[in-house]
Order: sequence, then C-alpha cells, then structure tokens
Amino acid sequence: MIAGIDIGSRSMELVLMRDNTVVEQRTLPTTFDPLRQLERLLEGVKPETCVATGYGRELVREAGLPCEVHTVTEIKAHAAGMHYLQPEARTVLDIGGQDTKAISITETGKVRKFEMNDRCAAGTGKFLEYTAGVFQIPVEDFGAYALRGDNPPVINSMCTVFAETEATSLMARGARPEDIALGLHMAIARRTMNMLRRVGLTSPVAFAGGVARNPCMAELLRRDLTREQGELLVPDAPEMTGALGAALLA
Amino acid sequence: MSESAYREMWENLDLDLEAHDGLLEVLGKFYGDIFMSQQGRLSGAEYLDFVLSEVHGLRIKEIQDAKAEGKKIIGTFCVFVPEELTLAANAVQVGLCSGADAGKEQAEQLVPRNTCALIKSFIGFKLAKLCPFTESCDMIVGETTCDGKKKAYEAFGEHVDNLYVMEVPQRKDEADRKLWKSEVLRYKDALEKLTGVEITAERLKEGIRIVNEKRRALQRLNALRAAVPTPISGRDVLLVNQISFYDDPVRFTAKINELCDEIEGRIARKEGVVSEKTPRVMLAGCPMAVPNWKLPWLVESSGAVIVGEESCIGTRNSRDLVDESGQTVEEMLDAIADRYMNIDCACFTPNDERLDNVESMAKELNADGVIQYALMFCQPYTHEAIKVEKRLSGKDIPSLAIETDYSMEDAEQLKTRVEAFLEML
Ligand code: SF4
Ligand code: SF4
Repeated sequence: MIAGIDIGSRSMELVLMRDNTVVEQRTLPTTFDPLRQLERLLEGVKPETCVATGYGRELVREAGLPCEVHTVTEIKAHAAGMHYLQPEARTVLDIGGQDTKAISITETGKVRKFEMNDRCAAGTGKFLEYTAGVFQIPVEDFGAYALRGDNPPVINSMCTVFAETEATSLMARGARPEDIALGLHMAIARRTMNMLRRVGLTSPVAFAGGVARNPCMAELLRRDLTREQGELLVPDAPEMTGALGAALLA
Repeated sequence: MSESAYREMWENLDLDLEAHDGLLEVLGKFYGDIFMSQQGRLSGAEYLDFVLSEVHGLRIKEIQDAKAEGKKIIGTFCVFVPEELTLAANAVQVGLCSGADAGKEQAEQLVPRNTCALIKSFIGFKLAKLCPFTESCDMIVGETTCDGKKKAYEAFGEHVDNLYVMEVPQRKDEADRKLWKSEVLRYKDALEKLTGVEITAERLKEGIRIVNEKRRALQRLNALRAAVPTPISGRDVLLVNQISFYDDPVRFTAKINELCDEIEGRIARKEGVVSEKTPRVMLAGCPMAVPNWKLPWLVESSGAVIVGEESCIGTRNSRDLVDESGQTVEEMLDAIADRYMNIDCACFTPNDERLDNVESMAKELNADGVIQYALMFCQPYTHEAIKVEKRLSGKDIPSLAIETDYSMEDAEQLKTRVEAFLEML
C-alpha cells in the first residue's frame, strides 16, 4: 500500500492507494501540533511507502515513520494528481491555505511552467478566511454568502490588511455586506486570472485545493474563463489532489 | 594577533563593539552551517575558510598596516571602479560588501523602503557602525548606475566625508564612451591627488597586469566548472568571487591558481563534488555580496549544484581583460576605458549583449537550467528577467525567476520553488 500525504498550513490530507486505485482518503486540520496530527492521520494504516508533499513535507520525513518516505513538491504533486482526476486538464490552479499556484502541464501530466504567489498571503485561502472573519461568517459559508451579492464594489487592495480596511469603510458607507463579499471574491479572481495568464492559460483549467470548494470563486473563475473561450473543471474532492498526486508519484 | 588586539583595533575604528560581536557570531554560525557542512570539499578551500574567518581581523590589520605605511584605502560598491588605476596609485581597493540586513531601520530613514537590500545594507552598515572596511576607507567611490544607488549616495554622502561619485553612462554610443573615458581620467586625477603618487606608464602597466592575472585565475576556475561531474560547489565559488573583492589581489591570484591545480587533478580522476547525475544550475542576475549565501545554499541543499554565476560577483567581473599592448599612459587608459564599457550591467540601455552572454554561458557550462536572481525592488534586473526568460525559453533552456532579499522569511517558499524547478529538469 502507498500513502500520499499532503501537509498544508491549514489542513493535512492522506490518500491510500493500492494497485493504482484509491482505497481511502482522510483529512485533518494541521493545528499547532502537526506531528501529533500526522500520527492521528496515519492511525491504523501501515503503508510500505509514503510520499509526502506540501509545505510540511520535511516534517513527514523527519517523523520517523516505519516505512520509506520520499518527498515531492506540491507543484509536481498537483500536476500528477490532477492529471489522474482530469486527464484533459492543461492548467492546474491550486488555491490553498497560504499559497496560490498556477501550473501549466503537458498531456502526460508533467510540469511545463509554474507560478506561485510570493511570501504574502494576498489572494490565498488565508485571505478569504481573514475577510470572512470581518463579516463574522464561517469561511465555509463565505462563498455562498458572496453569491447573494449583485452590485459588487471594486476592491483594489489585495493586501489582506488593507482589504479589511477597505471592506470596513465600504460598510460604513452603507454598502451591502453581500456586495462587499462579492467584491472581495472578484478581487481574488482577477489576481488569479493574472497568475494563470503568466503560465500561458491553456484550457481546460482544473481547480484544486480547499478554495475550489468555494462556490463563488469557482463561479467567478468559470465566468472569466468562458469569456476567453476556456473551461473550468473542479474535481469532487479538490483538496485531495496534492495527496493523490504524491501517492501516484511513488 | 590576539582577540584583545583586534578589539582595540575595532575600537579605534569606532565600531559599535557590542553590535559587531553579534554580527560576527551570526556570521560564524551561518558559515558553519552553509560551508563547513559540505562533503568532499577541496583542500584549497582552507584558504577561503581562513580569509573569511579573518575578514574583520587579519585583513583589517593588514589594511591598517598599509595605512600606517602611507597607502590609501579605496572602498567601492560596483565593478565599474577601475582597480588597475587604484593599484597604480599604490592604493588598496576593497569592495564594501553589503550582503546582510544590518541597521535596516536606520537606513530606511535615509532611503525609501522600496529600495533594494544591497543599498539598504551599505547604508545600514555605515549608520550602525559595523563595517571596519567602510571605516578604514580614505575614499569611497560611488557610481551613477541604477537610480536607487544614485540617490542613495546623496544620502550616504551626508554621513561620510570622503565620497567620490563616478558617472557611468547609460548607453554605449560614441558620446558615452567619451564621457566614460573622461571619468576614468577624472578618477586617475582624484587618486593622484589623494595618494600623492603619480600614475606612470610603468605603474599602470603593473596595475593592469595584476588585475588581469586575478581575472585570468577566475576565468580558469569558471572554465573548469564545465566538467561533468562538477569539481567544486557553487557555494565555494561564490565565496571565491566574494573574496576577490577584498583580499590582496596577488595573494588571491596565487591561491586560486593553486585551487585550480587541485581541481584539474580532480577532473583528471573524474571526481566531482557531487554525482554526475546532479542537476546543474547556473545563476544569473544581481550581485550576491558577502554574506549573502541564501540562494546558493537553498539550491545546493535541494539536490542541485551551481555551475556558474552570471553576476557582478561572478563572471561580469572577470569575463573581460584589459588589453595589455598599450605602452603609454594614454593608450593604457583607453584600453581600461574600453574594457569597462564591455560590462553588460542591466543599468545600460539597450543591453542585449547580456542576453547573448547568459545564453552562451549556460551552454558552455553544460547547465541544465538557469535560476534568475533579483533583489526585490531592483528595477534593472527584474526588467531584464523578462527578456532573459524569453531568450532562454526560445533556446529550450529552462529557467526560473526569483525575487527575494536578505531575510530568511521566505526560505520555505523559495525552497518549494527551487525544488519544483529541479523536478522539471
Ligand atoms: S549590477 Fe551594475 S551597478 Fe551593480 S555592481 Fe554590477 S555593474 Fe555595478
Ligand atoms: S541590485 Fe539592482 S537596485 Fe540594487 S543596487 Fe544593484 S542595480 Fe541597483
């Protein structure tokens, strides 16, 4: 049995595979004690090989697991995982807890070119989490909430802190909170489209990572892509893509 | 020399002793982690370890002794300052390194926050009284290259009384060459005035010879790195290049030639510092001044090896020699001016020869890919990163562009980027 493990800043995922078929998937929050969480994630399973990816990949290597451990970057893992889930995809977009990545891939799922946000959290899951907090809405519901808006203000700041200030001052001026929420999502979509363009934006684009579950983000990106004759694909469990890819790369 | 004698020397140079101790401690730890941990290092690297361990000690002592004998010390920030002339005036030239965050808050009161780390660093080192080289200088030479530096020298000049600024042209037309030639002459006059030494044909010839020999040694070292497997780590060669800016040029040349002899032996035995299959990466872009070892360390600890540095602390400083056929001072000054006008710094417009140089260097060194390195807020090199990328991708040479600074905050993200790039090679 092969285990693919993706340790992100917010959550960790496990995909167990046997004979190239997924037998089990698990996910847990990373918390401040990732090592402990990793133990829990692997409870009761005994893989022969582990492939770790994500920002905590080295942690898995150092955890002293009773099996062979390899590491791959999340870029390569997402490319491989998405190629398996959506073989027609030519670009992979992954929006996770603290980074956004745009990856252009070949017909065989190899990385051609990639872009990542730099150290700042602008446009990532963290940004959504932070701004959802301003509205006192759980981040899981933020997308549906934003979709209720119909007159979004243009939000220019992509800096998490400034965007909050901008949102608060829009509220003070009487804008509808749903509209502001939509405006914030649109700001991320614009930024994401720019990153996709930097890797060439070959359609179809497949959306991975936890943020792909946000219906407003998916809708906005789909609209933007359709305008450019492109297509957006979202797999059923987008947050598992990295772990799946890692397992496939064993 | 004893530690206490060094302390007295530093005190005389009016360094902030406490902060300086802190700096040396961090530097020592860094050096241990990044350099001493390497496997299969050449024995000639002992010279590098020694020079670096004595960078603020013995070398400063030598410089103080030279001063006591009446020699003048010239500090520089850029490879445009002709060392040939400096040596001909019986003076010592040192690069003022600027590769660490120091005195950043103080520096940000003099220059805008969106200024590159290198500029902030040289200002910070001065304001925080941390650099014994800066404090030993009789003349500090700035130059009009990028806007950031140009304006920074105005602010810097208020804190030192010996700043001299050379005008480096922006283009390479006839008028620019004339301007540059006149600047070379002006620098010669300034040196003669400072040192009281007349730059004669004989002295200048010797200056040219010494600096050419230094560059030849560096060229020899760089050429040897084309071997597969590569005989020396990129970290060590970066250190060689960094040291070339402050060690005595004659001693440096001898030591690097010895190192090259050792490397030739290694190559003959088909030995490398890493295995044959290790991905070979070339760096291109902004200078990495001491002790900025961040990217080479990240790259080489991710399972690749660096085989070239297309940078001022790299081949941009050593690629061209001064023609040695000149007999009169006038002829030699022309040869010097011509040599420096070949520098393909991104401050020039247009600067297409740099694209050719990056491409041919990557090919000559058998590089599997190029990592472009730019300091954050560096306009010239981030602009050129776009062009270089285009050129390289047109030639099927994979490349990755990175923008960063001296802090370690982004180390994890950079590592992911570098590793993902290596996975593609
Ligand atoms: S990059 Fe340009 S300005 Fe900077 S040291 Fe090199 S030549 Fe001088
Ligand atoms: S790194 Fe760029 S911005 Fe900084 S001094 Fe050099 S040319 Fe200027």
